[in-house]
Amino acid sequence: MTLSKEVIAQLAEHVENAELNKKAITKITDDYPDMDWEDAYAIQYAIRKRKQDRGTLIAGLKMGLTSHAKMKQMGVETPVFGFLTDYGSYADGAEIDTSNFIHPRIEGEVAVMTNKTLKGPGCHIGSVLAAIDFVMPAIEIIDSRYENFRFDLKSVIADNTSAAGYVTGSNMKRIEELDLPTLGVVLEKNGEIVELGAGAAVLGHPAASVAMLANMLAERGEEISAGTFIMTGGITAAVAVEKGDNINMRCQDIGSVSMRFV
Amino acid sequence: MNKDKIKSYGDTLYDCLKNRTTIDPITEQESDVTIEDAYHISLQLLQRRLDDGEKVIGKKIGVTSKAVQNMLNVHQPDFGFLTDRMVYSHGDELPISTDMIQPKAEGEIAFILKHDLSGPGVTNADVLRATECVMPCFEIVDSRIKDWKIKIQDTVADNASCGLFVLGDKAVRPDKVDLVTCGMVHEKNGEIIATGAGAAALGSPVNCVAWLANTLGEFGIKLEAGEVILSGSLVPLHSIVPGDSMHLSVGGIGSAYVRFT
Repeated sequence: MTLSKEVIAQLAEHVENAELNKKAITKITDDYPDMDWEDAYAIQYAIRKRKQDRGTLIAGLKMGLTSHAKMKQMGVETPVFGFLTDYGSYADGAEIDTSNFIHPRIEGEVAVMTNKTLKGPGCHIGSVLAAIDFVMPAIEIIDSRYENFRFDLKSVIADNTSAAGYVTGSNMKRIEELDLPTLGVVLEKNGEIVELGAGAAVLGHPAASVAMLANMLAERGEEISAGTFIMTGGITAAVAVEKGDNINMRCQDIGSVSMRFV
Repeated sequence: MNKDKIKSYGDTLYDCLKNRTTIDPITEQESDVTIEDAYHISLQLLQRRLDDGEKVIGKKIGVTSKAVQNMLNVHQPDFGFLTDRMVYSHGDELPISTDMIQPKAEGEIAFILKHDLSGPGVTNADVLRATECVMPCFEIVDSRIKDWKIKIQDTVADNASCGLFVLGDKAVRPDKVDLVTCGMVHEKNGEIIATGAGAAALGSPVNCVAWLANTLGEFGIKLEAGEVILSGSLVPLHSIVPGDSMHLSVGGIGSAYVRFT
């Protein structure tokens, strides 16, 4: 930690206000170039606490930066994580008010629900497969609070890894009925295919992403409790959306998710 | 283009294939070459191969995905013929250092037909009715045109840049798999280099086979029962060198593995 408690509280308020007021800010590392990873997560957790104190419920967890290509590009060896809020949840087929966001983008993912505690260190893909209750298709809405999505890793961690919302499908499947690495997704915007991919784009296997989450949380003395909803990380690249866009994602074996931005 | 020129280009491409050499793009040498001319050049190239004892065992469509279209700057599909000397099986070694010029690998879904498909008028329903099974498949494309500087006429003339292809480890009936959403994972030397899904090929591999049947139908050619039809890559082209190995898995279908020597 390089930042004082006061500065962390101040930055948490600054970054959260950007979200609440839908006004982009410059990345915080511009003013605090020496801040470290712990500082970055401390700011994220302070934002989380601010929300909980106002009555917001934490609806789950999310992984970010889960593609090997993206990690290489950012010069890191581990992904990042954030939290999901109750107010960020949208129903399948929802009309989503685009003015809730600054410059929203969407990513196609698979989400899992756990039915056992996952505790690192040493959490592995086997523990995760044994702890997944079911799998659902999901779309994450990301919305960096930084101008033009220009950020570095520490700034984005502080900003809850750009988490802004998520839409889950209406179907669930048991993990043993699926082959997550080869599970294909097709993302369409206004009827046109814009992105495609398969589950292996997420750290080789979306369950490996959950294992990594458990191990990263263990470093903070935390665990993933049973009944946790987890967005495992983007299979597709992020696609910008604006008012009027109609989004549909079709997934192999687990159905589809759709939404309209109004 | 007159018949002599067509024959001459077909013969030249055949020599390139045999001697592992390339030529300047035909579209640079002949600015007014049409796709129909190119198709006739490809027939002459094919005739030389048949004279050499090769046998047609299938057809292919290529340049079907946006990724490949952008990479090659060719914005419509191409088509070509597959012969018995091009086919390999799961686990085989492919002699690219002796048999190919500038090879690149693609991941595809191959269709094995049980009925003829004769365009025009072939629909997706006809394709599904005529399909015995689908298989994971590598296509190793190659170009007899210098540095892959191809326009659509160049690649059609050059048998759709076809090289070799490798059929994978499983054959699945088309009613057992969702061909639009089935995912593809492409690995080179153990590293994931791309993922994709069936919809990458013109929205669906089934659309591709229908397009091929209808396009070849205009030239009086049909897709025949028993033939292998390559339906177009679902991932970007990837260059390979001797010593590389690749693995491909397709959700709900199976996988393919190949080593390059």
